[in-house]
Amino acid sequence: MTLARRIIPCLDTDGARVVKGVHFVDLRDAGDPAELAARYNAEGADELVVLDIAASRDRRPTFLETIRRVAAELAIPLTAGGGIRSLDDARAVIRAGADKITINTAAVERAELITELSQEFGSQAVVLAIDAKLGCRSAAAPGCAANEDSPRRSPTADGNRENPYWDVRIRGGRDSAHLDARHWAQHGVELGAGEILLTSMDRDGTQSGFDIALTHAISTCVSVPVIASGGARTPQHFAEVFSLGAADAALAASIFHDDTQSIRALKQFLAWQSIEVRLPC
Amino acid sequence: MTFASTVALVDYGAGNVPSVERALQKLGVTSKRVTRPSEFAGARAIILPGVGHYAAIIRALDEHNLRVALLDAITRGVPFLGICLGLQALYSSSEEAPALSGLNLFSGSVRSLPATVKLPHMGWNRLHIQRTSQLLAGVSESDSFYFAHSYAAAPSPGSNEVVATCNHGAEFTAVIEYKNTFATQFHPEKSGAAGARLLQNFLGLAARMSSAA
Repeated sequence: MTLARRIIPCLDTDGARVVKGVHFVDLRDAGDPAELAARYNAEGADELVVLDIAASRDRRPTFLETIRRVAAELAIPLTAGGGIRSLDDARAVIRAGADKITINTAAVERAELITELSQEFGSQAVVLAIDAKLGCRSAAAPGCAANEDSPRRSPTADGNRENPYWDVRIRGGRDSAHLDARHWAQHGVELGAGEILLTSMDRDGTQSGFDIALTHAISTCVSVPVIASGGARTPQHFAEVFSLGAADAALAASIFHDDTQSIRALKQFLAWQSIEVRLPC
Repeated sequence: MTFASTVALVDYGAGNVPSVERALQKLGVTSKRVTRPSEFAGARAIILPGVGHYAAIIRALDEHNLRVALLDAITRGVPFLGICLGLQALYSSSEEAPALSGLNLFSGSVRSLPATVKLPHMGWNRLHIQRTSQLLAGVSESDSFYFAHSYAAAPSPGSNEVVATCNHGAEFTAVIEYKNTFATQFHPEKSGAAGARLLQNFLGLAARMSSAA
């Protein structure tokens, strides 16, 4: 197997500028999206994600222009998202230069959107973003079979209960969707999602490492690739999410923007750990 | 008229047309988007991009009446590069849309990759080069290319167009080359420096083929 694990920098934007901050709080400017895109493209990033975290209607043209500027700098795939609620929204984003789109709240509110998008653009272009948070199993729902069958590979480093429950969060993490993240992931794939972008709300912004148990639970219960997100700081965090979390790709934002971690050095480390990555030439 | 202005990029609405255009621009080549059969007339090279569902490319080619013009140009010897679905479309049929007929330039069908691995096959993978290829000149098995697909061409036994394969659950057709016809299952326009080299190779081959013609 030579399919490489992917390293994906993420540009959270207010539409025009890259911003930094946890859950919309204390946003700070982190640079020009096109400049960062050019740098990551040259450093060996495998893909790039650009999100409009404000996703307000009146700033839409600005975000589309940002996608155009970013796409012009890239020789790697581009995923864009934030505020995509309809087929028309998605068409505009793809026409501006994105190869894939992410949908989150809009898919929870109207799951058929996943099918509509995958029929129009192909499932490889539809990334279902799931924000998951460890919670109480209120609506007692069984975990997926694949996961329950392989408890030996289920890391318990978090001190989670043996069969933890993750709740799907929407609207930037503010509200509960009252869905089991594993069920929602599986349902999303049935409806046509070609990839899952999985963010741990418990780890996001903490820089304490990816949520290995969550990533493993989702990655082993769906047939599509899973991108792990939330909590990355050190190269070891990335190695763990690939080797223990069964992630197909890993995403991070601020550690790349502020040069805490260069992509080139990260990939070298992973290759040294015998993890298959694409080494930039 | 310069060579650059006569690279026809078949535009039937595929999502990756602008990326291919940008990748060519970076190589100093301006392409022309072609949507009507008559526009193939002056083309010195044709690129057929594609991404998504097999039915989308086949239906779009037929809706725009491009099937005959495309086959005519290829069999006349116009250098051709198919990308992703643009490779799959060259075969007889696909499991993804069994009711539709492909361009049938090569015999064989397009089949799903095995369900024992994650699908779509999404990301960077390396090639297994099967024989000498002009398109892959300077490309090595340590170079990675970007794939995004769940189906791949399974040529009929005895065929000889496959120059490189790739592995995801099983060995599958990654690059084909036969006379003036070239195609890749991966996306050279999204494959960084290695992809740019391959596009450059195609443009060079196309220039030589048309000056020889």
